[in-house]
Amino acid sequence: MKKAIVFLEVRESRIKKSSLEALSTALTYKGNYFDEVHAAVFCDTPPDFSTLEGNIPDSIQVYKNIEFSLYTPQAFKKELATLKSDAVETVYFFSNTALGKDLAPRVAAALNCGLAMDLTEIKLENGNFTFTRPVFAGKALEDMQLETSDKVVTLRPNVFPVKTAGASGEIKLTTTEVSNPDLSIKTSSLKKAEGMLDVSEASIIVSGGRGLKGPENYHLIESLADALGGAVGASRAVVDAGWRPHREQVGQTGKTVSPSLYVAVGISGAIQHLAGMSTSKYIVAINKDKDAPIFQMADYGITGDALELLPIFTEEVKKIKG
Amino acid sequence: MKIAVCVNHVPDTATKIKVGPDGKKIDTIGVTYIVNPYDEYAIEEGLKLKEKISGTVYVIGLGGDSHKESLKKALAMGADEGILLKTDQDFDSVTVAKLLAEEIKSLGCEVVFTGKQSIDFDNSATGQMISEFLGFNCVSNVVSLTIENGSLEAEREIEGGREVVKTTFPAVITAQKGINEPRYASLKGIMAAKKKVITEKSVAQSTSKTKSLGLRLPAPKNPGRILGSDAEAIKELVKLLREEAKVI
Repeated sequence: MKKAIVFLEVRESRIKKSSLEALSTALTYKGNYFDEVHAAVFCDTPPDFSTLEGNIPDSIQVYKNIEFSLYTPQAFKKELATLKSDAVETVYFFSNTALGKDLAPRVAAALNCGLAMDLTEIKLENGNFTFTRPVFAGKALEDMQLETSDKVVTLRPNVFPVKTAGASGEIKLTTTEVSNPDLSIKTSSLKKAEGMLDVSEASIIVSGGRGLKGPENYHLIESLADALGGAVGASRAVVDAGWRPHREQVGQTGKTVSPSLYVAVGISGAIQHLAGMSTSKYIVAINKDKDAPIFQMADYGITGDALELLPIFTEEVKKIKG
Repeated sequence: MKIAVCVNHVPDTATKIKVGPDGKKIDTIGVTYIVNPYDEYAIEEGLKLKEKISGTVYVIGLGGDSHKESLKKALAMGADEGILLKTDQDFDSVTVAKLLAEEIKSLGCEVVFTGKQSIDFDNSATGQMISEFLGFNCVSNVVSLTIENGSLEAEREIEGGREVVKTTFPAVITAQKGINEPRYASLKGIMAAKKKVITEKSVAQSTSKTKSLGLRLPAPKNPGRILGSDAEAIKELVKLLREEAKVI
């Protein structure tokens, strides 16, 4: 028997969209690879499962403990590892979020099985999965297979679609109250950063670079991001200059992102930056220098003054969004 | 306390990647290698801990002869001893973690620092797996670390904020940018490093848990349209994003 276990990450009682992407992807292979697709959730109070409509797994294992409202890696890992039980082959799916990146390798090590992180493509060929993952921050792609029967994979957020008309039916919950969970690594609190979305999860990102002239002009980027419902990003140059926090940095020593729309404003396009955003579906560049490398990557280019054009851009977006 | 720092030797971030003749590795001709940037934070964190509670800092690398350059840099920054687990084989990340864990165990280290990810294969997995093989606690992606009376409080970066995590030794910490400012190697440090030892140890061949089918470059993007430089161009842009790209 081959089965998939999909880890559903819960934040503030909601299942993350990126977890739905992982679940929907695993369900694509039900019948043609997996006999069963199950999900696992760790929580204090169960999240809203209605968002799973169209992507209903065979069962959802709910692990409950008052401590599970925050991340407790050892306890999560232990329960996930036992879910493998007697299956011939178990493939664990995670989303490549901060939590997924931390937890998936622990599960792979506990099971001593192959691990493939940050996948952007999965192909089923001759009964084997071929996984594709960006390496060197996206400057190259590696095609690979896992040779162990059990496997652990993480999927890059925003890349795999959530199918809406997939598996339906009743949600089968199995709830386990976990007593005395291993709290040797314990998250004691969350500190929220001010501002909105994180670049690694946003489907629209507006990033600024040196071309903005100074941190005092960055509100123009924030206004546009706000109008578009997107996240604020930054080039390494402006992070190193102290204009913006590192968590906003896009590129090889920052975050690698794949939004549906990436707007680069006043960013010339250093190779490290281009690598980090090249998998965006649409790229817009606004830069005074018509020879800037960013234009080689951009679907739409504007060769004008960012400070002058950003407010107009924001206004136009507001107009069509009504 | 014995402190281990795992260090990788990687192509400089400015490297334009080309695929080598075998189709599985990068073409290394003309490529400059550096200490993995996140491992520099790990080295600094190891040195800071040594300064605080005294101890020995071991820097451990795994790879070919060239990895000694990165180990030397760590020694010049102030690490005490280098160990190179010498191999020309490309191991999968699980096996790398296992080999590093075995070495850390034989050295008797109680704390391990490494970068949150290596900027070549971008797994962000090694530290967590080392901890699993050693039975150590582990906090990954750490941007702030406080050690008091044998307990650790780490802040790790997550989407939209930070998690404050409490744990105890023995522990593995993986470093994210922001945790510290790595020191530069002083001239004195560079001279002192010449007298420090890098012990080479051979690594047995092992079967890989992964099979690489090859590296390829992303399909080149066709440069798009330049729409202009004025307000009219912006109007056109918004229209295209709405009607053609359908992303807003």
